[in-house]
Amino acid sequence: MSKKIMTVDDSASVRQMVAFTLREAGYDVVEACDGKDALSKLNNVELNLILTDLNMPVMDGIELIKNVRKDNKNKFVPIIMLTTESQSEKKMEGKTAGATGWIVKPFVPEQLLNVVKKVIG
Amino acid sequence: MIDAHRKAFIEEATELLAQLEVSLLELENNPKDSEVIAKVFRSLHTIKGSSGMFGYDDIAMFTHDIENVYDHVRNGEINITKELIDLTLAAGDQISFMLVKSEDASQLDDNLTKEILTSFRNIIADYNSRNNKTNEIKTAKPAGHSFAASKPVKTFLIYFQPFQDIFLSGTNPVNLIKELKDLGDSIILADFNSIESLDIINPEDCGVSWEIILKTNKGIDAIKDVFIFIEDQCVLKIAETDELKKLKDEKSFTDFKNLLFETSKIQKTSITELLEKYQHNETPAEIKINKKENPISKESPESNRESETASSIRVSSDKLDELVNLVGELVTVQARLSQIAAKTNDPTINLVSEEVERLTWSLRESALNTRMLPIGTTFSKFKRLVRDLSKELGKEVQIITEGAETELDKTIIEKLNDPLVHIIRNCVDHGIESPQIREKAGKSKTGTVKLSASQSGGNVLVEISDDGAGMNKDVIKAKAVKMGLINEKDELSDSQIYALVFSSGFSTAAQVTNVSGRGVGMDVVKRAIESLRGVIEVKSSQTTGTTITLKLPLTLAIIDGLLVRIDDDNFVLPLSTIEECIELNKKEITNSHEMNVINVRGKIIPYINLRERFGITAKRPDIQQIVVADIKGNKTGFVVDQVLGQHQTVLKSLGHFYKDVKGISGATIMGDGTIALILDINDITSNEEIHERNMLEQLSIK
Repeated sequence: MSKKIMTVDDSASVRQMVAFTLREAGYDVVEACDGKDALSKLNNVELNLILTDLNMPVMDGIELIKNVRKDNKNKFVPIIMLTTESQSEKKMEGKTAGATGWIVKPFVPEQLLNVVKKVIG
Repeated sequence: MIDAHRKAFIEEATELLAQLEVSLLELENNPKDSEVIAKVFRSLHTIKGSSGMFGYDDIAMFTHDIENVYDHVRNGEINITKELIDLTLAAGDQISFMLVKSEDASQLDDNLTKEILTSFRNIIADYNSRNNKTNEIKTAKPAGHSFAASKPVKTFLIYFQPFQDIFLSGTNPVNLIKELKDLGDSIILADFNSIESLDIINPEDCGVSWEIILKTNKGIDAIKDVFIFIEDQCVLKIAETDELKKLKDEKSFTDFKNLLFETSKIQKTSITELLEKYQHNETPAEIKINKKENPISKESPESNRESETASSIRVSSDKLDELVNLVGELVTVQARLSQIAAKTNDPTINLVSEEVERLTWSLRESALNTRMLPIGTTFSKFKRLVRDLSKELGKEVQIITEGAETELDKTIIEKLNDPLVHIIRNCVDHGIESPQIREKAGKSKTGTVKLSASQSGGNVLVEISDDGAGMNKDVIKAKAVKMGLINEKDELSDSQIYALVFSSGFSTAAQVTNVSGRGVGMDVVKRAIESLRGVIEVKSSQTTGTTITLKLPLTLAIIDGLLVRIDDDNFVLPLSTIEECIELNKKEITNSHEMNVINVRGKIIPYINLRERFGITAKRPDIQQIVVADIKGNKTGFVVDQVLGQHQTVLKSLGHFYKDVKGISGATIMGDGTIALILDINDITSNEEIHERNMLEQLSIK
């Protein structure tokens, strides 16, 4: 069975691009448009990885990470932050909340796949 | 495929820019509203983030500096000023320009881009100098590939001990070890000694550490990169040597080991054993790591396109049109089914028919809903329009919007844009007075344009009102007489006078400004609204200002009609304008001396004989029906043989050959496959109007 990845981003075009790249590489993709949407969809799927934007309306990425780590079912799911904040503080905040890694936007599909592969093998 | 992504990006960026504009205008009124500031920042942030990903590096660079400024605004370090909002609005315009023009970069006004950027950078520089900060302005640079240059082959000894709670960050250390292995030839030793005994073990903790001997030409940075995500969540020690062979010798091995960790558990024997093997095969050896995790399958994931549906998808409006069209036909067929079922009196068929009816109605509702958009999307554009216009004209005007959530068919919303622009321009230009005049008249200096939308039955009412000077009836009348539209002696009602402003070439503006006054506009507005099957109405008072009301149908695809019959032909009249149906018998025709008028409760109503209009020669029935419609405030009757009842129809255009046929707006297919023509009663009456008026005059003489 192919691995399932959730991409969380309020920008539909980024989501589409990420999803396309991942599907081309053979992964299953679930899309969510913000943290809250992601959490509600998490209940129904078994995930291998979450890729999340940080700055989102309704529920931001940091909040999402905190919530996922609280949840028993998905406690250990790797989470990669997609972020334009190259500043370390935002990255650190994410790491403290329990993120596995990060990728700095803008990125090309190859870079995305490299990070995904790094985290879920 | 990339093009499709780009297209999606452009669409999205355009939406974001519109959103940005709305937030900025909101911010102008409440400069301290942190929620709105966050919205502005988020819009900029997303534009920057995604533009870089889709190859719009110029936009990413451009937006970066603006975002920087708003980052400071968000932190309360820079205040929102009118200048900043002006500048950001200009920047937004420039970004949308870049979006369109990026194909042809030569056309882009680089100077303007630079000018805007410099202004933003100055704001940051200003802030920095005020705070004595030496923050350099970070420039977004698109990430490129970093190919590690080939470095001399070296051997590294690596000690890696992830913290106990490493799993809670979603990291699987085994993946990192694998990644490390890919860097070159390696020997890997796992140490399980810190794993607790079974009775006290916490399976959520990690108790394994690793020692790796790695021969690679990628350099120490490549190794550090492997652990980049967890550099502060593990103990990582790296030592290097040039010669792997040296390790065979006991002393150098110990030295090497001690470089790293005095308590290193690597045993000389195990390592030499491995080294031997390694040198024989020239392939890296590996100690199998017994791991708690499930073995990770090596096979690459199969291509599987199935995925969860996103919360929203973009569908081309053609597809939706097709859907609405089909649903419309279904509605007709269902009506036929109900008819048949009613006749058969068979309870089982009736039951099914009723169920089909219920489902068809819900299907119709949801199909129509898919095309509905909140009208607020257009409203927001006008805030900017009013702002720019009032600035240009030296007036103070605020715009209030109400009912932005009211939903309308997408096509209607799109076609409504230009008429609304015309009307609002007129409000600001002609309606609202200059601040001085307003003050003299005892009004507040700031004029108000109110834009509101509400739903009433099957229609949406859009109201544009201003609290300006209103329209001068005498001026309008005088102008109309001069243009030969009316006679000086004509007695006109107020609404008839105001309706004159919709005549072609009509303008009472003493001076033609580049905003309005050319007399092209209001007649175009009227035509546009009528093409949407809407009605336009003006009310004005010289004290309270002017109100223009647009009554629009919810959707264009399906109309509620009244099905009528003349001889063997079916016709549909739009129900929205119909007021009543009355009988017309031979006696009444004789009473009015065949003058095509009828007395309805003391009021004389002219009627049009559709039988004559369409050249139907079959014999008239003794009792005919008159359908009375309200057209622009005038009641007009349409004579038909029989009124069949209310009928929901899907409007189908007649095609090229018949598009100019007067009096018919389209056709619809009935449940039994026959065709009914849909009448354009506005068109029919305007053709007959002069004729009718003459008739009435003759009648009054008699």
